[in-house]
Amino acid sequence: MYKRVQRYKERLIEGALFLSALFSIFITGGIIAVLFFETFEFFKEVSIIAFLTDTQWTPLFAEKHFGILPLFAGTFLTTVIAITVALPIGLISAIYLSEYATDRVRTMVKPALEVLAAVPTVVYGYFALLFVTPLLQKIIPDLSGFNALSPGIVMGIMIIPIISSLSEDAMHAVPMGLREGAYALGSTRLQVATRVVVPAAFSGIAASFMLGISRAVGETMIVAIAAGQQPRLTLNPLVPIATVTAYIVQVSLGDTPTGTIEYKTIFAVGISLFVVTFGLNMVSYWFKKKFMEVYE
Amino acid sequence: MNRNILSKWFDNIFWVLGFIATLIGLATLIVLILDVLADGVGRLGWQFLTSYPSRRPESAGILSAWIGTIWIMALTTLLSIPLGIMAAVYLEEYSRKNWLTNLIEINIANLAGVPSIIYGLLGLGLFVRAMSLERSLISGAATLAILVLPIVILSTREALRAIPFSIREASYALGATKWQTIRHQVLPAALPGIMTGVILSMSRAVGETAPLIMIGALTYVAFLPASPISSEFPFISIQGLFDPFTVLPIQIFNWVSRPQKGFFADAAAGIIVLLIITFMMNAIAVWMRHKYQKKIRW
Repeated sequence: MYKRVQRYKERLIEGALFLSALFSIFITGGIIAVLFFETFEFFKEVSIIAFLTDTQWTPLFAEKHFGILPLFAGTFLTTVIAITVALPIGLISAIYLSEYATDRVRTMVKPALEVLAAVPTVVYGYFALLFVTPLLQKIIPDLSGFNALSPGIVMGIMIIPIISSLSEDAMHAVPMGLREGAYALGSTRLQVATRVVVPAAFSGIAASFMLGISRAVGETMIVAIAAGQQPRLTLNPLVPIATVTAYIVQVSLGDTPTGTIEYKTIFAVGISLFVVTFGLNMVSYWFKKKFMEVYE
Repeated sequence: MNRNILSKWFDNIFWVLGFIATLIGLATLIVLILDVLADGVGRLGWQFLTSYPSRRPESAGILSAWIGTIWIMALTTLLSIPLGIMAAVYLEEYSRKNWLTNLIEINIANLAGVPSIIYGLLGLGLFVRAMSLERSLISGAATLAILVLPIVILSTREALRAIPFSIREASYALGATKWQTIRHQVLPAALPGIMTGVILSMSRAVGETAPLIMIGALTYVAFLPASPISSEFPFISIQGLFDPFTVLPIQIFNWVSRPQKGFFADAAAGIIVLLIITFMMNAIAVWMRHKYQKKIRW
């Protein structure tokens, strides 16, 4: 009797735990359902061709245009700037931490880099607007008070820990034997790093790059504060622009009633953002899986 | 011979380069902290902590913001931690390798990378509109709970994975069932690791701004949510859950977006308070991880 009760209890607990794990699927389902529902309503009023090809984004003006290109141009611009900063610095730093640094340096530096990743993004936004932009204006007098350059650079610095930490993990997992072989042939640490370790850890490093890009695309507060919230189809980093994320924030701050076309735009824009980051995350996941298959 | 010397040179140059690259992030962090301190330390004080926001920068404060932040932090913890730990226990201890487990794992990895603003859209569509919870604390906390859930699951799984299998086998050998083994051996042993992850995910929730803007946390709040302790029976009130609110990051964002320069000092002072909270939580997490790694040897 006791045994049977025990067995039911075990089953019940397993069932509850399973439902908790399944809940994550419901979240994704919920995100897709909410985004699709409002986006569907949006496309009843705006043609999908105009949405994808119109070069103006002015849903808050009297003469409404719904072309998402200017918003994506803004996101593209800030992301490219951020990645230009974060990729080389993050990779060089990862090679240093994995191949050059002593254990003592590594154990001190890694938690410190984690602190950098823990700073709330609204703080970086403040820093970009009130410190980095004035500093850059001394070098580039043409720079507008709101621009893509300064938030892009700050975003890049924010992403460095993601890239350096994940790439370092990947390089660390490369078997020592590969390095020893190269050292035995008389290679320097740099040669071992660039010709053996980095190629061997390539898919792990690529996964960290993809994750970094995805973070930059989805970053909101830095660009909402420092980039200016003016949709503009340009690749000039010196003028105010708006990104996909900053536009969503801009609409939410106003008094936009439910059901209006302005309200629906944020879901249509949001689904575009979701699709892009989802793609990047999946590629990153695929690279990581591939890396783990080889070394773990 | 010449080539060898050159290679050695490059090697040393790269050493210096790598060291500098690693320091760039830390140097930026120090500059950021000094900049914020220089701008905001003058505004810090008792009056700043106990005043509501105001139209005049010199008399504005963060009372409603920091109380809102504590509310949100507590509610988010209550909602996300049990669910996250349970999901992690299932995936790490029970799940069999099949397509469904695989799907759940890919899905959680993907959710961890979804931009926070998308969670805001989910919260807006689901909690604020569909469930008619309006712009309340509970809408905000539910949204953030969903946002940190993947982080809790991933870090708990890592903590569970670190527990060697021999512990489980010893427990089974004594006749314990699977759940008894997990409940009395695996979870207690993994607790420090789980707590580290929990604290880190809470620190993430404290700093989140965009999703709470989406669900309509107000930028000007001159009142507090109803207190959870009431003077009448049953002495606990859930009225506060349905009140509008603001949090520290949103108050900071509001002040940064004002054209008047005076509010920048308020924003900087708010940032100092926010950074103290965030850094303290991270320090506790790092300290716990350090202590636990030293103490336990299998």
